[in-house]
Amino acid sequence: MWSRIIRNFWVRRGAKALFTVFVVVSLTFFLVRLMPANPVEVYINSLIEQYGIPYDEAKNQAAALFSIDLDAPLYIQYLGYIKNLLHGDLGTSLISAGTPVSAIIVRFLPWTIFSVGTGLLFSFSLGIILGMVMAYRRESLIDHVLSALASVLSSVPNYLIAMMLVVFLGVQWKLVDIAAMRGSMSPGMQPGLNLAFIKDALYHASLPIVTYIITTIGTWMLTMKSSTISTLGEDYVVVAKARGLPERRITLAYVGRNASLPLFTQLTIAIGFIVGGSLLIESIFVYQGIGLVLLRSITQRDYPVMQGVFLIITISVIVANLLADILYSRLDPRIKLGTGE
Amino acid sequence: MTLAERNTLRDAIGNFVHSFVTFIRLMARNRVGFVGFLVVIGFVLLALVGPYFVELDTKTNVSQIYQPPSREHILGTDHQGRDIWAQIVHGGRDILYVAFLAGLLSTFIAVTFGALAALVGGVVDSVIMTITDIVLTIPQFPLLAVLAGFVRLNSLTLLAVLLAVLSWPTLLRAVRSQVLSLKERDYVEAAMALDMGLRHIIFAEILPNMMSYIIISLTLAMTGAIYAQVGLIFLGLVPMSGNNWAVMIQLAWVRGAIFFKDSIYYIMSPVLAIAFFQLALVSMTRSLEEVFNPRLRAGV
Repeated sequence: MWSRIIRNFWVRRGAKALFTVFVVVSLTFFLVRLMPANPVEVYINSLIEQYGIPYDEAKNQAAALFSIDLDAPLYIQYLGYIKNLLHGDLGTSLISAGTPVSAIIVRFLPWTIFSVGTGLLFSFSLGIILGMVMAYRRESLIDHVLSALASVLSSVPNYLIAMMLVVFLGVQWKLVDIAAMRGSMSPGMQPGLNLAFIKDALYHASLPIVTYIITTIGTWMLTMKSSTISTLGEDYVVVAKARGLPERRITLAYVGRNASLPLFTQLTIAIGFIVGGSLLIESIFVYQGIGLVLLRSITQRDYPVMQGVFLIITISVIVANLLADILYSRLDPRIKLGTGE
Repeated sequence: MTLAERNTLRDAIGNFVHSFVTFIRLMARNRVGFVGFLVVIGFVLLALVGPYFVELDTKTNVSQIYQPPSREHILGTDHQGRDIWAQIVHGGRDILYVAFLAGLLSTFIAVTFGALAALVGGVVDSVIMTITDIVLTIPQFPLLAVLAGFVRLNSLTLLAVLLAVLSWPTLLRAVRSQVLSLKERDYVEAAMALDMGLRHIIFAEILPNMMSYIIISLTLAMTGAIYAQVGLIFLGLVPMSGNNWAVMIQLAWVRGAIFFKDSIYYIMSPVLAIAFFQLALVSMTRSLEEVFNPRLRAGV
């Protein structure tokens, strides 16, 4: 019976994730086909105007690029689009003609996952530790200083912090070489599992990572502080103290673990926010991640790339949310009892 | 005016002054929140009244490029020798307008549908919550950026509507759970038993008890709208003409002014204006909590 309940929760959670992916797939399809500036028509017209290609040929070229049969009724096109997606075919880029969108994604997505993931991991763990320190040292100087800092950091938009890093570290004080740090790795560097590459990757990702940490840590600290304070008053903590358990054990196993649970629901929202914000951060530091690719495809009107990259960004967020939920249920057995949220 | 009328008028003014004083006193209970409140008021006055006092001169003045702050130019001058302070004064109104409208609309959507989901329940609740979960999962900013690629967003109102349409889910969930708990209270159950109509129950029985929540959410929705709006303009995805803080940042960035050591006053002025305004809005919510939540007051 237990295994059935657990399975049931995961079936429901998985179905929810799949359904969301399905909605986003449909949304991006109809967005491109039904928007006022229908990119397929725009592309056909630009081919005719620029190269004087006859209409039919231009249409065929467009159809090949978008991987859709333009003569078929909309629902057939839609089914075809989904079929192509299931085969990993996201069409080809309009600007760098012939490059499959999937190849572009495979090249740039890992960098965003690497920088956002590292930043989030650090800010989440650091925030939990600092939040606990603040709760244990309530009303002390360190609590006031950290609280004020956390409020400031969590209210200032992340791209403004990124800009200030460029302005002060790079231009005014010349502590870092902004120009050399552009891109996701140095020219000529070969990706591989060696120290030189890892160091180089971290060097180029350091400013985005620092920005992600600075701008998200405040929220974790404040949430963890209030959560720890309320956990400290719980009966089981009082009992644990009365039983004379070692302080360290109470802090880690009783207070820390239970107080950090509410943060996991926030984690799922934060993932989407940070990945979404990577457009701005990557553009400021010229970090070659998926956000920068999406931005370029929008400004260059490279619709197949735009459509594919947006889809992949959303799917990454959905998958990351699913992982966060799995982690959450590992820590809190109550979530498996099937009550859902 | 008869004597009675004059008395009513005097009472009305007296009441207003009294509640205004009470409001300010309650706001002042939290020092951080009160400072935030004053800064917000300051920014609003600056944006609405300031332009009548400070003249905006858009002519290029080659002899005045990147001047440091002086008595003549409080914040120095930009890459074309124009006064930065004047641009800051004139550059707030658009930002505030879009933020307020977007915040208001998204709060309206969240409150209406959140309350509806909680009160009606059943299929309505499931449908609303499924949609909410989906919109919540889709990263908002990339979606905005993609939409900006299709729709020509050159109207401030259109931009505000678009921001509002995408930013209600978190608030809706919070409103729903609040209403779910308020629903169990006696007076709401009584109103339900008397069959007083859904609109009456939402707006007359439940909403007044959630005002603190709603006003705080409105403030936070405004910060979200400022984030997205300035971000889109900065990336050049919303072709905004004229002078506002976001356009100033975008120009400084695109023209490489940011890499020029003397440009610090030009780039930092709008950056700090937005940062301080956001910080003030968030701080203000602390005082708002004190005003609307008597339970918090009791302890002080």
